[in-house]
Amino acid sequence: MKKGIKIQFIPFSQLAGMSSYKRVKFILENVKDKIVIIQGKLKPEEEKDLIEETMKKIGKGFKGIEIEVLNPKFDQNIIARLKKSVADFLVGDRDAITLIGPASFIKEIKKDIKKLELFLKFK
Amino acid sequence: MVIRIITNFFQRIFTNIFAIKKDLKIGLYGPPNTGKTTLANRICKDWIGEELGKVSNIPHETREILIKDSITIKHKGKSITFKLIDTPGIATKIDYEDFLKYGLSKAEAKKRAKEATKGVIEAIKWLNDMDVVVVVLDATQNPYTQVNITIIGNIAARKIPLIIAANKIDLKRAKLKAIEGAFPEYQTVGISAKHGTNMEEFYETLFNVIKQSKKRRK
Repeated sequence: MKKGIKIQFIPFSQLAGMSSYKRVKFILENVKDKIVIIQGKLKPEEEKDLIEETMKKIGKGFKGIEIEVLNPKFDQNIIARLKKSVADFLVGDRDAITLIGPASFIKEIKKDIKKLELFLKFK
Repeated sequence: MVIRIITNFFQRIFTNIFAIKKDLKIGLYGPPNTGKTTLANRICKDWIGEELGKVSNIPHETREILIKDSITIKHKGKSITFKLIDTPGIATKIDYEDFLKYGLSKAEAKKRAKEATKGVIEAIKWLNDMDVVVVVLDATQNPYTQVNITIIGNIAARKIPLIIAANKIDLKRAKLKAIEGAFPEYQTVGISAKHGTNMEEFYETLFNVIKQSKKRRK
């Protein structure tokens, strides 16, 4: 039987209650064999931790991750960006969409300020 | 009263002595192959006449932190001395098979990949120690990548003054405006580290940002 590609959607509410450590661990556990789409985005510190943890795990069978975030903030002028940053700080950034997957089967995620395009590897 | 004045006087002297001793650290950060080491070499060659590290077309050539102490740059009669720290490129994936395309043997490629993962972790760890960061981006590439945003977001979160050096502007497909548009909150200078293009503006911007950093350190 042919193996398909699994895509998992994680709503903001599922990650909101987790500590930063748990959030990063949860994402890395889930992203091993599937593409994960998260409502919202990680904080810069969490993204940094995610890169660090990813590097520690690279080895046999795991080549790292591809991650891109579609953030409406980048489609705005500087004043609107600053206002949005304050709002995000207060209630969390749930307008963004984060796309993460294993580098072993994601060829590329093309990104511009309005869209993300996912290109997969089929061997 | 007199004792307090004398105490304050000596406190100020000692504070200044230690402030001078603490080297100002300028870090070069960015994704792999954007020209961080080429820029480090350019700065070193311009001011001390020697290079810092080896450059190559193979990604992750710099896999360890490279440091050059006591670089003094001069601008409009003033001078600033700092420690230059060139860091390995930050990436979210490292696949040894990518290195095979450059003619490396499987063993060499695997070794390089392993060293590169450690290099990324080291680069991230060093970020907390920086006083000023120059984010080196490739002006021919899309600036909106998450790695760029993560690097800049983490520098901003630590309130470290930063400059964006949009490198490789000598190439036809370079888009300086795209980088300026992606990060309008920060000063972007278009340069070609390889050819030394626009380095005067780069040093002037660096001088201004270092001034901000000194205020922050006080």
